[in-house]
Amino acid sequence: MRSPVLVAAVCVLLGSVALSFTAGAVPPEVPPATAKVDYNRDVRPILADNCFACHGPDEKTRKAKLRLDTKDGLLSGSIVAGKPAQSELIARISAAGEAGHMPPPKSGKKLNAAQIATLKKWVEQGATWSAHWSFAAPVRANAPAVKTPGRVRNPIDAFVLARLESEGLKPAPETDKATLIRRLSLDLTGLPPTPKEVEDFVKDDAPNAYEKVIDRLLASPHYGERMAMNWLDGARYADSNGYQADYERYMWRWRDWVIDAFNSNMPFDQFTVEQIAGDMLPNATTSQKLATGFNRNHRINTEGGIIPEEWRVETVVDRVDTTFSVWLGLTMGCCRCHDHKYDPVTQKEFYQLFAYFNNVPESGVGAEQPVNHPPLIRTPRPQDEARLRELQAAIEAATKKAQDADTELPAKLAAWEKTVDTKKLGPAWLSPKPTDFTSAGKAKLALQPDNSVLATGTNPTNETFSVTVTTGLKQLAAIRFEVFPDDKLAGNGPGRSVNGNIVLTDVKVNVDGKPVKLATASASFSQTNYPVKSAIDNTPGSGWAIFPKVGERHDAVFAFDKPLALDNAAKVTFTLVFGGQFAQHHPGRFRVSVTDAKAPHERGAIPVNVAAILAVSTDKRTPEQTRELVTYFRANNPAAPSAADQELAAANKALAEFEKTFPTSMVMDELPTPRDAFVLVRGLYDKKGEKVTAGIPAAFPPLPKDTPNNRLGLAKWIASSGNPLTARVAVNRLWEQLFGAGLVRSTENFGVQGEPPTHPELLDWLATEFVRLKWDVKAIQKTIVLSASYRQSSRVTPELLAKDPENLLLARQSRFRLPAELVRDNALTVSGLLVRTVGGPSVRPYMPKGVWDETNFYGNLRNYKNDTGDGLYRRSLYTIWKRTAAPPSMMLFDAPGREVCTVRRGRTNTPLQALALMNEVTFVEASRVLATRAMKDGGKTPESRITHAYKLALARTPSDAELKVLSAGLAKRIEAFKANPDAAKKLLTPGETKPDATLDVAELAAYTVTASIILNLDEAITRE
Amino acid sequence: MPLFPAQQLLWLQDRLNRRTFLSGSAASLGLAALSSLIGSASGAEKAKPALGLPGLPHHKPKAKRVIYLFQSGAPSQMDLFDPKPGLEKFRGQDLPASIRMGQRLTGMTAGQGKHPVAPSIFKFAKHGQSGQPFCELLPQTAKWADKIAFVKSMQTNAINHDPAITFFQTGQEIAGRPSIGSWLSYGLGSENQDLPAYVVMTSQGSGRPADQPLYDRLWGSGFIPTKHQGVKLRNQGDPVLYLSDPPGIDRGMRREMLDELGELNKLKLGKTGDPEIATRISQYEMAFRMQASVPELTDLSKEPAKTLEAYGPDVKRPGSYAYNCLLARRLSERGVRFVQLFHMGWDHHGGLPAALRGQCRDTDRPTAALLTDLEARGLLDDTLIVWGGEFGRTVYSQGALSATDYGRDHHPKCFSVWLAGGGIKGGVSHGETDDYGYNVTRDPVQVRDLHATVLHLLGIEHEKLTYKFQGLDAKLTGVEASRVLKEIIA
Repeated sequence: MRSPVLVAAVCVLLGSVALSFTAGAVPPEVPPATAKVDYNRDVRPILADNCFACHGPDEKTRKAKLRLDTKDGLLSGSIVAGKPAQSELIARISAAGEAGHMPPPKSGKKLNAAQIATLKKWVEQGATWSAHWSFAAPVRANAPAVKTPGRVRNPIDAFVLARLESEGLKPAPETDKATLIRRLSLDLTGLPPTPKEVEDFVKDDAPNAYEKVIDRLLASPHYGERMAMNWLDGARYADSNGYQADYERYMWRWRDWVIDAFNSNMPFDQFTVEQIAGDMLPNATTSQKLATGFNRNHRINTEGGIIPEEWRVETVVDRVDTTFSVWLGLTMGCCRCHDHKYDPVTQKEFYQLFAYFNNVPESGVGAEQPVNHPPLIRTPRPQDEARLRELQAAIEAATKKAQDADTELPAKLAAWEKTVDTKKLGPAWLSPKPTDFTSAGKAKLALQPDNSVLATGTNPTNETFSVTVTTGLKQLAAIRFEVFPDDKLAGNGPGRSVNGNIVLTDVKVNVDGKPVKLATASASFSQTNYPVKSAIDNTPGSGWAIFPKVGERHDAVFAFDKPLALDNAAKVTFTLVFGGQFAQHHPGRFRVSVTDAKAPHERGAIPVNVAAILAVSTDKRTPEQTRELVTYFRANNPAAPSAADQELAAANKALAEFEKTFPTSMVMDELPTPRDAFVLVRGLYDKKGEKVTAGIPAAFPPLPKDTPNNRLGLAKWIASSGNPLTARVAVNRLWEQLFGAGLVRSTENFGVQGEPPTHPELLDWLATEFVRLKWDVKAIQKTIVLSASYRQSSRVTPELLAKDPENLLLARQSRFRLPAELVRDNALTVSGLLVRTVGGPSVRPYMPKGVWDETNFYGNLRNYKNDTGDGLYRRSLYTIWKRTAAPPSMMLFDAPGREVCTVRRGRTNTPLQALALMNEVTFVEASRVLATRAMKDGGKTPESRITHAYKLALARTPSDAELKVLSAGLAKRIEAFKANPDAAKKLLTPGETKPDATLDVAELAAYTVTASIILNLDEAITRE
Repeated sequence: MPLFPAQQLLWLQDRLNRRTFLSGSAASLGLAALSSLIGSASGAEKAKPALGLPGLPHHKPKAKRVIYLFQSGAPSQMDLFDPKPGLEKFRGQDLPASIRMGQRLTGMTAGQGKHPVAPSIFKFAKHGQSGQPFCELLPQTAKWADKIAFVKSMQTNAINHDPAITFFQTGQEIAGRPSIGSWLSYGLGSENQDLPAYVVMTSQGSGRPADQPLYDRLWGSGFIPTKHQGVKLRNQGDPVLYLSDPPGIDRGMRREMLDELGELNKLKLGKTGDPEIATRISQYEMAFRMQASVPELTDLSKEPAKTLEAYGPDVKRPGSYAYNCLLARRLSERGVRFVQLFHMGWDHHGGLPAALRGQCRDTDRPTAALLTDLEARGLLDDTLIVWGGEFGRTVYSQGALSATDYGRDHHPKCFSVWLAGGGIKGGVSHGETDDYGYNVTRDPVQVRDLHATVLHLLGIEHEKLTYKFQGLDAKLTGVEASRVLKEIIA
């Protein structure tokens, strides 16, 4: 079958049909049919494929200083416009076998005769150059005139038709209404129509019958699910971290945000900005912050012994790749190590983009626990909203009541103060304002009003803080080191580690440069095996830690053997070392204090802050101090609070407790000061080259005016109508969903090596229309599905198949297998098993035993147990996704593994798919339930019942020939099962639902087989 | 009456194949599919093997298939194949900085105050005429000394398991690329239409039962069509997912169903003219054949007692390394292009001596038995065997070093793999390491060199096996220059 004659014949034939506009993919054997050679369409692909690797954008590999990818490079010297004979480039490519022939033989590249002819012709015609089509702004062309205007429903059709007419082709007739509504329903909601919906539409003769269906489907809550499905692939969304033990994570709140955004028809520019930088919008709402989970869906490495910075860099690189693939259709991955070989992006420019995503307060390493990794946000679920409003109202009411009841408070407080046993007070601690403080790990330190120090920015593996104070004391007995929680930190801090813990491995004190030995230690709490005295035992590895009591204030007190006499101007320097084996176990906010008290380790019954206030006489207290005292008094003195106080305390507590039940989601956040960014030599995290600042590559339009040069600015740049790529890439993907392939076939690559659009004017018309419609996704989709081009039949004649096998010209609609999720969703729907709940935590449908466990012995995603009830029958986009062992029935039908961004899925046809459809319990159960429906609702005869099953599964009635095949088989199997009732009974067992006891077992089994045949039909899993 | 005469369909199908192949988009149509459809109405006839790419192999292959015995977790090279007898005098001493040369360490031992040299406690002896050294724990494998080629100077970039094993399998540390087996399936196709071209089996080691995990991506197809991804034979339930018919449906009824399904699909094919339907019909036929061929594959009842005996006592336990070795032979016999075993349990950070004994007990006898079995059946000459892990282990002890116990951390700077069978020159050793077994002193070999060598032996020039992805000609060996290891090729 590999006869060279056949290959040649194929190429010639294809060349004349399709190759003039897909020259990048297949070398044509004949020159393009069109007389005028177009640089973008005909010339650049040849040069890009054969010359750019050595004469392109990458400076390091450029040979002979010759550059052919720019206008100047190509047209100055190598080419004399209009004169091929004097053009060096033409001479070099023509001189086969001679020295200096290009491309050189060892490159493995070779120009064929047609390509050489094309280049010559182009030079002859004047060598007109233009920038790569997708980097120039879309130009809205008027809809072209056509010979058969009756076929034009909207401008889309004019563009398609003009092209068909020029090729001498006719469009297919409009498909029948049943096929049309099934196509439309699957395309817009991912669910097939019910027989009634089909019937209503077929019967509806109103001129706007079709439009009514479109509007109904666009308003369906299932529309958002269908749209989210594709988006999740690009966003590499999943329910686990994706490395090693592959622990669970919880990003379904973000997934539901996407569904909601599509359902509420959020404009695409807003959809873009909120996902890339919603957290940076002024007064960002919870929803806008939640949206930024898009760029937190990356994998997180949790393997023991990894280097945090190495993996943080991977995360940032992943963000650049993903963001540019999804929104701009550009492949940036190669620029990580070197200048792009084809597209005008240099390695330096890649790291300028890297700088936009480099400032998230995050660690490159994750915890080996089923947790989300900070930054996080807690958000109420839809079902929480009512209760939330209730609790907030209760607080409001209680506050008012308590204020009204406040008149008696001063007296009560004064009485209480008299009873306080001052001996029980802890030592008096002074927290002097530090004169100097440093971070060895280059964290950004900021002094807080309470003289504590806040550490942000760089989050090094190990850290040493140094703080210098002048105490004002005559005697120094002890020092105290405090750490504070902060809601910006993991587990609420106090540590900057993934779990909020810290390990203080060493404490040193110097007085005027001389070391002083610490003798004793005590702490508010010490973790098992991490006692506080380990911090002064001179063993570098050991230290004081506080897990699991993270999220709280803690202190450690270190005292000298005996109090130190001190000059009150003496400089006392504290060195706090966090040098243990656990990454980033150092505090985000801390304070050092000093005391001259005789019993520094005594921890009074009254908290230190309260004691300090009590030490101040009533008339000298600041309002803040009084408030703090009252708060403490109310909360802790059982005699004091009035009923109203108690009610308020209870209301506050109830809200706090309730908020703790909200699920978290990972979000983006921005450090106050950006991290330094560098070109990384060969892409290696520790090989820092030139320092760079954030910036847009020179080949693109600059940031819009008045936009900050940060991630928010980048988001606005992407979402701007001036960006040449965003609208094109978006409409192309919408087109792909509705026609099975994009106008640009390489949906994931709009760069020089991507495929050029089949209908450039149409693509630009759609892109400009999308912007004109203010990025209204539903509106542009409606425009497309209203077109005659969309409504065509997908049948293909042998002549047309021969002429245009890939349907590049759109003389028909496309016929293609449903995506993985919809293969299953469709079976659930037609059988009636589907549970239509939208959103919520991921669910666990049937899965063969051991899929999660055979190769992994760690992590919480093991010992899979399927749900019972609803969880078995939800739409597939809710199926829990463990990245290292993804749902097998999804993977078999070409779903990507969700480890990295995937913009376009393959579509294969394999025996393993057949096995799944025949034997997987979901499909066997669905067959039985579909059979039950057919028997109960489909009348009494086999023919009427089969017809009913056809209507449910295929939205049509069977032909006589089909009926004959199925009824004959059915009759045979009724006999067979009657003879073998055991087999019949067994066939009805798979699945959680019980077989309908009112039906005859043998008959139901036979109909189950028939239903299984129907669900296995090519047509059943195909959108026609 | 179908619109399409059979010959025309066949021709169209072929064109589509080439077209989709050439454009690099997901090719989904099997030529074999059509020939089987057209050949017989019931499709019961055996289909022809699936084609690889036109023009492949590029040269005469020395091996037709591969059995890759992946030892996951990273076996210790200096305790198995690369003895360093001189180390005894440095026992317990800190590893000199002149040897470490600033090499980055994992977070597990970077904080360790001292890195004490830990000489292997195992005895080595020279074997065969070649005198290649083997550790005492590998007496059976050692008998193959003269047929084995060692590479003792392997190096990798990664120091952690996940990126390192991903690198070995796909040529890149980060997920998303096709695995070596799927490249071969894509390039060379299958010699058996009743079984997948790339089959994977996993086993748990007894040396360290709960060891480093494995991931789907290791045998995934990345950006090339998913039909090339490895099919993992499972250790429980159906060996291939969803292989068994539902209870109550027997083989006869399944045949009946498929006949009716085929008829209905053909009616649809006639109406719509979509050649994809023809492919679908043939894929159902292959599924039907797999339902017979896979149970036949795993049915060991006809294996002679002597053969079973050779593989050792674990051979009858599905999911054991021995069972997988025997299955590897049966798969190779049936023409499966790439069989890959993953034996877990080699990650010995602590308690290495005991754990290594367990791992060697698991693998030594079955590995040798597999070589013997293949040779006896005349398959060893054209079956390439590869044995190795994802990196090596450190000369210094992780944790406490005692007279009888030590552990070793990850070491990417040097480690050993061995190859045998199709096209391999036996009894040779390529590359050398220093006296500490820490650095390569001669002929360093990169992972991409090993990949290029495997492809070369199968008749493929690694530079020319490409797939268009994101506008680039992606290949297994990546962008840096790779070298075929001519030194170990017969």
